[in-house]
Amino acid sequence: MSLVGYRTIEGIAGPLVFVRKTHPVAYGELVKIETANGEVKRGQVLDTSREIVVVQVFEGTSGLDRRSTVTFLGETLKIPVSDEVLGRIFSGSGDPIDGGPPIMRKERWDITGSAINPYARDSPREFIQTGISTIDGTNTLVRGQKLPIFSGSGLPHNDIALQIARQAKVRKEGEEFGVVFAAMGITNEEAKYFIKDFERTGALARSVVFLNLADDPAIERLITPRIALTTAEYLAFEKNMHMLVILTDMTNYAESLREIGAAREEVPGRRGYPGYMYTDLATIYERAGRIKGRTGSITQIPILTMPGDDKTHPIPDLTGYITEGQIFVSRELHRKGIYPPIDILPSLSRLMNQGIGAGSTREDHRALSNQLYALYAEGRDLRGLVAIVGEEALSDRDRKVLEFADAFEQQFVAQGKYEDRPIEKTLEIGWELLSMVPASYLTRVDKKYIEKYYKGKKE
Amino acid sequence: MKGEVYRVAGPVVTAINMPAKMYDLVFVGEDHLMGEVIRIEGEKVVIQVYEDTTGVKPGEPVENTGNPLMIELGPGLLRQIYDGIQRPLPVLSKKMGDFIKRGVMEPGLDRYTKWHFVPLAKPGDEVKSGDKIGYVQETKFNKTYILVPPGVQGKVKEIRECEANVEEVVCTLESGLELKMMQKWAVRFPRPFEEKLMPDIPLITGQRIFDFLFPVAKGGTAAIPGPFGSGKTVSQHQLAKWSDADIVVYVGCGERGNEMTEVLEEFPKLKDPRTGAPLMERTVLIANTSNMPVAAREASVYTGITIAEYFRDMGYAVALMADSTSRWAEAMREISSRLEEMPGEEGYPAYLSARLSAFYERAGRVKTLAGDEGSISVIGAVSPPGGDFSEPVTQNTLRIVKVFWALDAKLAARRHFPAINWLTSYSLYSSYLDDWFRKNVSEDWVDLRLETTALLQKEAELEEIVQLVGSDSLPPSEQITLFTGRLIREIFLQQNAYHDVDSFCPLKNQYLLLKTILWVDAACRETLKKGVNVRRIVEIRSVEELARARFETEFEKAVEIAKNAIVKELEGLTKEVRR
Repeated sequence: MSLVGYRTIEGIAGPLVFVRKTHPVAYGELVKIETANGEVKRGQVLDTSREIVVVQVFEGTSGLDRRSTVTFLGETLKIPVSDEVLGRIFSGSGDPIDGGPPIMRKERWDITGSAINPYARDSPREFIQTGISTIDGTNTLVRGQKLPIFSGSGLPHNDIALQIARQAKVRKEGEEFGVVFAAMGITNEEAKYFIKDFERTGALARSVVFLNLADDPAIERLITPRIALTTAEYLAFEKNMHMLVILTDMTNYAESLREIGAAREEVPGRRGYPGYMYTDLATIYERAGRIKGRTGSITQIPILTMPGDDKTHPIPDLTGYITEGQIFVSRELHRKGIYPPIDILPSLSRLMNQGIGAGSTREDHRALSNQLYALYAEGRDLRGLVAIVGEEALSDRDRKVLEFADAFEQQFVAQGKYEDRPIEKTLEIGWELLSMVPASYLTRVDKKYIEKYYKGKKE
Repeated sequence: MKGEVYRVAGPVVTAINMPAKMYDLVFVGEDHLMGEVIRIEGEKVVIQVYEDTTGVKPGEPVENTGNPLMIELGPGLLRQIYDGIQRPLPVLSKKMGDFIKRGVMEPGLDRYTKWHFVPLAKPGDEVKSGDKIGYVQETKFNKTYILVPPGVQGKVKEIRECEANVEEVVCTLESGLELKMMQKWAVRFPRPFEEKLMPDIPLITGQRIFDFLFPVAKGGTAAIPGPFGSGKTVSQHQLAKWSDADIVVYVGCGERGNEMTEVLEEFPKLKDPRTGAPLMERTVLIANTSNMPVAAREASVYTGITIAEYFRDMGYAVALMADSTSRWAEAMREISSRLEEMPGEEGYPAYLSARLSAFYERAGRVKTLAGDEGSISVIGAVSPPGGDFSEPVTQNTLRIVKVFWALDAKLAARRHFPAINWLTSYSLYSSYLDDWFRKNVSEDWVDLRLETTALLQKEAELEEIVQLVGSDSLPPSEQITLFTGRLIREIFLQQNAYHDVDSFCPLKNQYLLLKTILWVDAACRETLKKGVNVRRIVEIRSVEELARARFETEFEKAVEIAKNAIVKELEGLTKEVRR
């Protein structure tokens, strides 16, 4: 089919181009736009009808005018898939930027992906050891899960993500993860930090990196995570690899989504974000998972910075409704100098129960975790009380619990950036901490575990 | 009736040159994508398409079936998992692989299975709409009755026991009308019944906080709103597992794929506490996950409630769980905004409230056309953005439903599960159900409940004071109130969904547990009178025995042991004082 170039641009608004009188153009079709001086941009059809076609331009519309030529390419956005992409670095729209050769492959996959049939899904249940106590011990990550990191600007979420990427393993099999790293609108410096770390630790050889940096076109951010996930799907479900996909920063992605919505003059939902943001985010996050009869898996760790540290902001809020929990990075703990400053109280891993217990981690894991939570929560409440009534007014129990909470932060939460704690070590620290309080406080633990693991005075 | 595509904008397609009625089912484009007419403007017909429209071009054909979206009702529904428009997901996965592709139409009921039809009517019988003419023993404990479709009546000419698939004739009427086991019903229209009855029988859930404090009636409606991570889905799963309904319809509407997998894996393994049969045998699942097409999500709750009504018409108690109605409302919002309708609050369409109430009104305890008693209880999860209950979906839902189970993020963060706030939640059915509880569990059930709620209320007030001045400055008797409040919260209201025994707590155990806690309260006050320091009393350790009793299969015995231990410890304290 010969492709026709149209010079019938009716209008340009923000990232959108309106084209008149075309042949029937398919919804979602890929578009090439060439300016008078030969610059080429790419876009996608957002709305198509007999009279007018609306195109969203990934690279932004600067430099476009009504004389630009619009060509509809007759296919949707696809990328070549291959295992040659491992160890390579690409732009946010999938072009190599590491000086290496382009990926030439016949097999090209649509980046939108399709929903996994819920019936074909296999439930995630293999424990991933990240070596971080607050994750392994109390918010366990399992293969095929989507577990975001909720953070704020200026907090060390990148260090945590890197530490997970470095240390993550499923212990029984000794298999390693392949990592797909997709950056959306992060700074050059941050990107360098990631790549340097990948290079230094040798992780790059089993990683694929997609970079859309802060000064790259904002609309491109809408396709970067999809390209990354399509690559991950290929490696996971065709090449049987276990893929860890890190998406950072989803906040920038959502901003781009809002920009498109505003340009289309859509009725906005909360805080100006489009009403379909939940569905849109779901088409990204739900691409994590395992499939029955296939070896590979996709585990997602999206990172987002909560504007104003506000958990109820639409981006973290909608994310939390889709993902299977969240790891919460706390400014308060960070200020105290604790790394990783993960606050376990608002953190949650919904799939934890499937991944822990006898045969996987240890029989007492669930109970231990519940007990640590309960006591730490009580301790945190008491801190508020102390501020008002002073330590004198506390009961004996209160004082012990308070001590426990402090020790918990110092010993269980805090650890080194390169400290890879095996799960046994994490559980051991947990029991040591519980042994600080009388056994009668441990209401969430079965007697048999207390007898076996409790080290305090049993009386 | 054929037309052609004029415009495509996401899930909304405009067609021209095609006669159409509202809510006609249409097939769009070369790929035959299923859709529904939702607006007619002059020559233009606006269609919401249930599948992804990528690749559809103006000029492609559109075919109008002239019928509304209908689903198939008959044997073969139980144990099945469907998408939002009743396509069986196992069949889809066989036909198109692990990912959902487009344009595959698959009937809801399997055509190949031969069912053993047992007649209940005989030749010569007059039958009318809704009458049971026979049944199929679909699972060990579930009979699926074959009903005369609404609008049909006459004298039976021929009927006999036979092996038949759902499309074969099992009964012929004198008029020559042939009845099959399958019937079709348009999902947006409620199925008829004789009359609505008062909801005065509880739906027993085995969850202490629900059954004891905020019970829902069979045929009642309840909402569970809560921010993410507060345990909506776990609560819904618990209700689906342990409710004493005959049939459970679980609609996973715009939620996580892995959660449906969990249900699929878990339900066949779990046993119905009443029959011992796998829970899956009484369950129908509808799964339209968040990344599946949004228009099909909009349809999924209607598909679910229509299936529920079908079983209700057989005289069954049906429970429908919709997780989450917020996603359904969002699907409406998304479609509405693509139609460029004038939005109401927060971008939701102005008809949000009407749609929600019409949906919940399809619940109820009814006298069926055949004169039996059937019911549908609807329990809808609501996911308010930012956990803010003042948003439109929560508010509009609360205006309709009679039970409000408020999930509380603070409780969840403290791992108090189920994280239902006992102060803000309510049930308007309590007064209807009191008689039942008095008769079937214990005379003082209602008194116990009142005593408990009063105590919890008092505790909350005292807690506020404690926050300011510490517990020591309270008078001893109030310190005991605080202590008992803690026992109720930690031992009674908390329930471990993941513990084999504690997951389901029968009514008599609920009663015994609470009764014992109040007995502890009285015993402590008695001890206080004997001059024991209140500090010593509220630190007694033997109450932990009572907490652990919940996990014992021999519950009554464990409670007895705990009681003895508590008596012993309190006596010990008294003796010390005497010395």
